[in-house]
Amino acid sequence: MWKSRPDDKPATENLSPQPTPATNPNPVSAVKETRVAEPPRRNEVLRAEVGHIGKSVMIKGELSGSEDLYFDGEAEGSVDLHEHTLTVGPNGRIRATIVAREIIVHGKVEGNVRASEKVELKKSCMLTGDISTQRIVIEDGAFFKGAIDIQKDSRPELRKAATMSSSGITALVASSPQGSFLEDK
Amino acid sequence: MRWFRGTDEAQAKPVIKSSGHQRISRRSTGFGEFTRTLASYTDLAVLDLGPTSSANISYLTQYGGRVYNEDILRAAREALAVSGLKQGESTENLDPQKFFAENLDHPEHRFDAILCWDIPDYLHEALVKPMVERISMVLKPGGVLLAFFHTKDAGPDSPYCRYHIAQGDVLELEPVPGFRLQRIFNNRHIENLFKEFSSLKFFLARDNIREVLAVR
Repeated sequence: MWKSRPDDKPATENLSPQPTPATNPNPVSAVKETRVAEPPRRNEVLRAEVGHIGKSVMIKGELSGSEDLYFDGEAEGSVDLHEHTLTVGPNGRIRATIVAREIIVHGKVEGNVRASEKVELKKSCMLTGDISTQRIVIEDGAFFKGAIDIQKDSRPELRKAATMSSSGITALVASSPQGSFLEDK
Repeated sequence: MRWFRGTDEAQAKPVIKSSGHQRISRRSTGFGEFTRTLASYTDLAVLDLGPTSSANISYLTQYGGRVYNEDILRAAREALAVSGLKQGESTENLDPQKFFAENLDHPEHRFDAILCWDIPDYLHEALVKPMVERISMVLKPGGVLLAFFHTKDAGPDSPYCRYHIAQGDVLELEPVPGFRLQRIFNNRHIENLFKEFSSLKFFLARDNIREVLAVR
């Protein structure tokens, strides 16, 4: 009954949501229709919009942009991507203040880092500077030297409660819908 | 003070050579006391001298303050590598002044609390006393420091552990390869080490760890 047929598509292609009604007498045509109407996948859109700076590039001064950026070169000065993601590749060397929505570091960064959403320190990362963010992910092996300021103004009630009692902290975090501010890897 | 300073390369290898993902839970009375004192602070500034742990950052930032992280043992290892030395060999070329110009370089009385873990047991001899002096300088009067010391001759293979805060008084220990126990401090040595502090409280744990809560 559930045997796959040679002309079946790979399972990974069926991962995107396909709202096929259960009562449809002709499911094959329904799938075809949905595919025509399906918007471009988020990953494909992102890939198309990510700028790439290779390891032979060196930038001195101000680097700013309004798209996601993969940076594998060297930079000195400041990096400002506002509402976008900066990924510092394994060969990336940045000596600058970084401002972005999300910052993922594989390489080396010297300077303060400010992310409005999330900072990820990968295992090969070496970061010296202060971090200000809402969430942070630190992989084992990542080197970090500096201060961490977790921005949590959106949840002042938790902050207030945390200062009141040390014993209540775990319970509050556990009962919160978002869990911890930080993500452990 | 007893020393564990073999020169044999094989001896220097720690027992645990895995990537270090196994964690051992242990209850810590000293850490429980430490957290209870943190609850009384506002705009808390905590310095964690161990390897970066997101669990620790998560836990400590719940108090509404800032967490500073400085992996002093790793920095010392890198400084030694730069000067072409290995742990256990001559310390003549290691300049503590130069090391502390680049590390633990904070304004006076910046921190309310410092997590020292068991770093003094593993740190290079030339850096232990200057580190404690620097700590006592950057810690506010009335600030607290938590340190652990081994009490048993576990030998040079006693693994260095990374401490993750699990709950109020529960810690998770994750062995980290690459470091080995350098010495055993007795009570007198610990008192001398922290002579600048106003009070010391000792907690002897069942796993032969002496936990020390020092108040500046």
